[in-house]
Amino acid sequence: MASSSTPKYNSNSLESSSSKRTLKDGTNWEQNEEIPRLPGETRVTDKDVIYMCPFNGPVKGRLYITNYRLYLRSVENDPVVVLNVPLGVISRIEKMGGASSRGENSYGLDITCKDMRNLRFALKQEGHSRRDIFEVLTKYAFPQSHNLLFFAFANEEKFSENGWMVYNPMSEYRRQGLPNERWRVTFINEHYGLCDTYPSLLVVPYNATDDDIKKVAAFRSRNRIPVLSWIHPETQAVIMRCSQPLVGMSGKRNKDDERYLDIIREANGQISKLTIYDARPNVNAVANKATGGGYEGEDAYPNAELFFLDIHNIHVMRESLKKLKDIVYPNVEESHWLSSLESTHWLEHIKLVLTGAIQVADKVSSGRTSVLVHCSDGWDRTAQLTSLAMLMLDSYYRTIEGFEVLVQKEWISFGHKFASRIGHGDKNHADADRSPIFLQFIDCVWQMSKQFPTAFEFNEQFLITVLDHLYSCRFGTFLYNSESVREKEKVTEKTLSLWSLINSDKPKYTNPFYTKELNRALYPVASMRHLELWVNYYIRWNPRIRQQQPNPVEQRYMELLALRDDYMRRLEELQITNNSKISNSSASSASPSQMMSQVQTHF
Amino acid sequence: EIHIKEPIEKEVNPHLLPGELLLCEASTVYKYIQEDGSNRGTYGKLVCTNFKIAFLDDDSASDDNEPQFKNKIVGENDITLQCVDQIYGVYDEKKKLLTGQLRKYPEKLIIYCKDLRVFHFCLRYTKEEEVKRIVSGIVHHSQTPKLLKRLFLFSYASAAPNNTDGRNQTVMFDTLEDWRDELERTKGNVKYKAVTTNEGYRVSEKLPLYFVVPICVSEESILKYEGRGIPIWCWSCHNGAALLKMSAFPKEQDDSTSQMQKAFLDGIYKTISKPPYELLKTDDLSSSLPSLQDIQTAYTRFKQLFLIDNSTDFWVTDVKWFSLLESTNWLEIIRRVLKKAIEVAEYLERQHTNVLLIEETATDLCCVISSLVQVMMDSYSRTKSGFQSLIQKEWAPVFLLLLNCVWQLVQQYPPAFEFTETYLTVLSDSLYVPIFSTFFFNSQHQKDTNTSGESLKTQSGPFRFLTVWDWSVQFDPKAQAFLNNPLYAEKPKPDKSQRKTARFKHQRQLSLPLTQTKPSMKRGFFREETDHLIKNILGKRIGKFINSSDEPPNSFREFYDSWHSKPVDYHGLLLPRIDGPEIKVWAQRYLRWIPEAQLHGGGTIATAAKILDLMEEVQSLQVKMDEEHSQAVSGGVHSVPLLRNSARLSSLFPFALLQRQSIKPALPTSTWKDLEDEDDLVKRDDEFVDLSGDMS
Repeated sequence: MASSSTPKYNSNSLESSSSKRTLKDGTNWEQNEEIPRLPGETRVTDKDVIYMCPFNGPVKGRLYITNYRLYLRSVENDPVVVLNVPLGVISRIEKMGGASSRGENSYGLDITCKDMRNLRFALKQEGHSRRDIFEVLTKYAFPQSHNLLFFAFANEEKFSENGWMVYNPMSEYRRQGLPNERWRVTFINEHYGLCDTYPSLLVVPYNATDDDIKKVAAFRSRNRIPVLSWIHPETQAVIMRCSQPLVGMSGKRNKDDERYLDIIREANGQISKLTIYDARPNVNAVANKATGGGYEGEDAYPNAELFFLDIHNIHVMRESLKKLKDIVYPNVEESHWLSSLESTHWLEHIKLVLTGAIQVADKVSSGRTSVLVHCSDGWDRTAQLTSLAMLMLDSYYRTIEGFEVLVQKEWISFGHKFASRIGHGDKNHADADRSPIFLQFIDCVWQMSKQFPTAFEFNEQFLITVLDHLYSCRFGTFLYNSESVREKEKVTEKTLSLWSLINSDKPKYTNPFYTKELNRALYPVASMRHLELWVNYYIRWNPRIRQQQPNPVEQRYMELLALRDDYMRRLEELQITNNSKISNSSASSASPSQMMSQVQTHF
Repeated sequence: EIHIKEPIEKEVNPHLLPGELLLCEASTVYKYIQEDGSNRGTYGKLVCTNFKIAFLDDDSASDDNEPQFKNKIVGENDITLQCVDQIYGVYDEKKKLLTGQLRKYPEKLIIYCKDLRVFHFCLRYTKEEEVKRIVSGIVHHSQTPKLLKRLFLFSYASAAPNNTDGRNQTVMFDTLEDWRDELERTKGNVKYKAVTTNEGYRVSEKLPLYFVVPICVSEESILKYEGRGIPIWCWSCHNGAALLKMSAFPKEQDDSTSQMQKAFLDGIYKTISKPPYELLKTDDLSSSLPSLQDIQTAYTRFKQLFLIDNSTDFWVTDVKWFSLLESTNWLEIIRRVLKKAIEVAEYLERQHTNVLLIEETATDLCCVISSLVQVMMDSYSRTKSGFQSLIQKEWAPVFLLLLNCVWQLVQQYPPAFEFTETYLTVLSDSLYVPIFSTFFFNSQHQKDTNTSGESLKTQSGPFRFLTVWDWSVQFDPKAQAFLNNPLYAEKPKPDKSQRKTARFKHQRQLSLPLTQTKPSMKRGFFREETDHLIKNILGKRIGKFINSSDEPPNSFREFYDSWHSKPVDYHGLLLPRIDGPEIKVWAQRYLRWIPEAQLHGGGTIATAAKILDLMEEVQSLQVKMDEEHSQAVSGGVHSVPLLRNSARLSSLFPFALLQRQSIKPALPTSTWKDLEDEDDLVKRDDEFVDLSGDMS
């Protein structure tokens, strides 16, 4: 996947090096084959091209296309330049130049990727050489637009772990101590009859009947009623999520909704008001009234207090990322870096999302107050806020498996529209539904892990891998918009889970500094003084910017860990020997001081 | 060891150093705790001595939780007079800068320190007389007489009993021997010699007593223009190429004088461009780098961003933080200086040419660049003693700039340095502790004349000053541990013996083998180029070097990229990464007192603490194993001490000691600014579905 030429740069999960036989992404590479292939991956075509590398200049190579990837190997460069790009990351393919174009390398293909880079290939002008390659690429990169299945359905990989078993809603709620005397599990949405973008299993107040809930659904956008996401083990305060109320211009009220919110408040036995966080800026919430939406007014909900969190909509986020790409790809702004970065607003958005999540978490934890979070539909900003607040409050979600559960629960099962936001296999690159909401969430997680380097079980590689497969379409995990569609498409039966890949190779994704701490709220500082651009993700294609891999601090720690284990083993041996010596004295083994000096030189 | 006087009375009294005198004091002063917006604080006594301003907490019971990292000379509530940056008075909620004579006395005093601390003292409950005395005392002693501040160095030196020699392994470069050893260490002695010409400061008071010049340079020429126009050796690279510096001639009005100087320089260049000397590149730093004035201005602006009064201040500036940072230009200066150092390294390392840095006095930017180049190219300079010797050798007054640049390298390549960023931070703080002579004088001459005692007309004879390199003066061994980098990738050392041999252990390592050296340039190029180098500087990057026309345009980039494409050898050449995102704010130094920036249980200290813990564990295991070896029978008599409790440190550790009990998150208070340019997007909703239909 790399555009780089030397092994040193092979720091990304989808990259591979030409010399290795078993690739970093788990691909097997048979000796007699020209390119690596996954089980189920088939070759489609290949062609001589010139890869217009923005860092090293034109590179002559052979381009191979399979039903999963685009693979280029240089023919003249030493070391060999390799590109290994899953077709899923492609958002747009354009022809550049025409048959009559003058100038060197002006005829070919321009490929825009979802992962912060562009690829450009120059082809020979004779005989419309690019037509078939363009067609093949378009077909396999956009299977949805060609009535084809995603590669995930053809993937025949085998893993030792089954990632589909990671998330079981019932056991996750049980872990939280639910159901209990105040909260119950309802199957009202079993066949997605109540809400087709919600999961089938929901947790609602014990004191609200299924009939009540049906009435509430009528007053919430797309029937996304307030349901429980998380309960605080001590304060019993809860995080609820939902969509906006259908207040409209006339300021409609709904008694059932009002009562339902009061039941939620009472479930915590709390006297204080229920706190509602509307993720949107105030003006947007007001503007939503025009299309039938709105927010909980004071008159209708006297027992609730409402705050707006000023997080902008999906379109603003999309533009912001576009601007970010402009300043980091292919070249990084040199001397006005900081003001350029500021002008993208990317980190400001991150700051606002984190600030919102901190407020939610703090209210539940030290405020001992239940909160209700929504935006417009409750599947973008709401998912960001609830999942980040849960990450701050519940250390379980900071483990590898816990984080998988969190993503599976708050994002996948509650209908974050991955298909629409990412545009898997869809040729409509300019669709207004596209937005990097999930990327933004992962960025927030990265910021937290950067601020608290010992608090997360997973490492940066884990987050990058998640993002890479957000686009790759190699796994079924992020495909489709909702559980109901996924069920219809039989995703768990016919595809593999990304968590299978990760959980089968956990050490690779584990942060050696991780220190387990229970019940500790973790509040990041949402200040620009601490937020930084995630260089290892956003600028990873630029060979000049790469961070050292492996991280020297991490490496040193691992060496020490190995040393400690070795010493402990030797010590045990010594003790056994010495114990036996009591009965029959004998010679001893190598001196430990000798060993230590050896080790020192090693560092 | 520092002797601390017994308190005269039982009540709270300042700890006075030898030679320190109490000048004025005020009681019932209220010191605000900065942690939150509240007016919480403590009452105490505010005193001013000839060394410091100190706040003495009435309720000094809090002594029982002794911090792990404590400075023995300057306490938590002490501000040395030299450390005072600005003093403001608050009158009816309005801040006013206090200078000179005061008519009215403020109800609140805000002291901004050069080490970035901010103190708020409320004087409302203090007797008027005492307010007058303490405020005017503090303003007077900290601002007006430079002399007084300097004097403390002497009063301390004469009063302090028997100072330790404290040189450790630091080479002081105040003897001919030191320079000769350095020449030998770097194998520069074939072409360069240490000279005694400046004994008695015959040549110039600005030059050190001993220095090194090319062998072919005569004593006569050194004397001719007070050392101006003479290439002075800084360091030799493994391939023989040397880094030189030179003090330029001032611009002369008089034509004949400038003709003579030109001819003189011509001669010098001719001699040192001939074999055995390498080709010579010259770089006039006064035109290729920002001026000292620019640097000063940038730093003043930059530092101001971290002197924060309260939480509101913090969050208001947070909104536009990046552009604020950029507008100071400080990071850009760091970037340019690092880039210049890489350029010089490229000439030395790859092009195999000598580099001559030129500056009006050859004491400011020359020293910064020269020091940086040595840190990058000579791994000995990345050890503690090597770095300290380097500072002694180069004596750069633009010291903070150097430290900021070195910090960039330290954070980019932690295993390459024997010292930590904490070391750099306390070193920068030591600039304001006037008991050390290390940073006190502008030149060796000034130091020597002052040390001899003549200027003070005392009979006490030569003073013996403390050097900052004796870290035990400021820190206990336990605290000193924070200065050593546990990640340092130490080179194997066969034996550790006395100072001299230890120094020679640090033979240079060959830097990475790079691409072949360029074909040699024509020699004697400088015939036409002489004293007016300044005017001849070309605009472009490489063009800053004379001879630029011969250079392939991408030679710098090529060198930089080629180095960065290879694995790092922590003992070899080290090039900083200088792209925009790589140049960072030295958070430890600049954010350490700001409670809002605190990460409770986070920051780099979190991983550092884990490494230290693990190292301790490994060491204790080793002890256990040794025990098992020696006393094979006794069997587990002696249990190994358990791990130090490194529970949850704040990212501000080891500096600020905040007693924040609740771990309430810090929440931004200032609001989001408008995105005017994207207005139509902002107003759009996520989805364009009219929901009103669903309602019926």
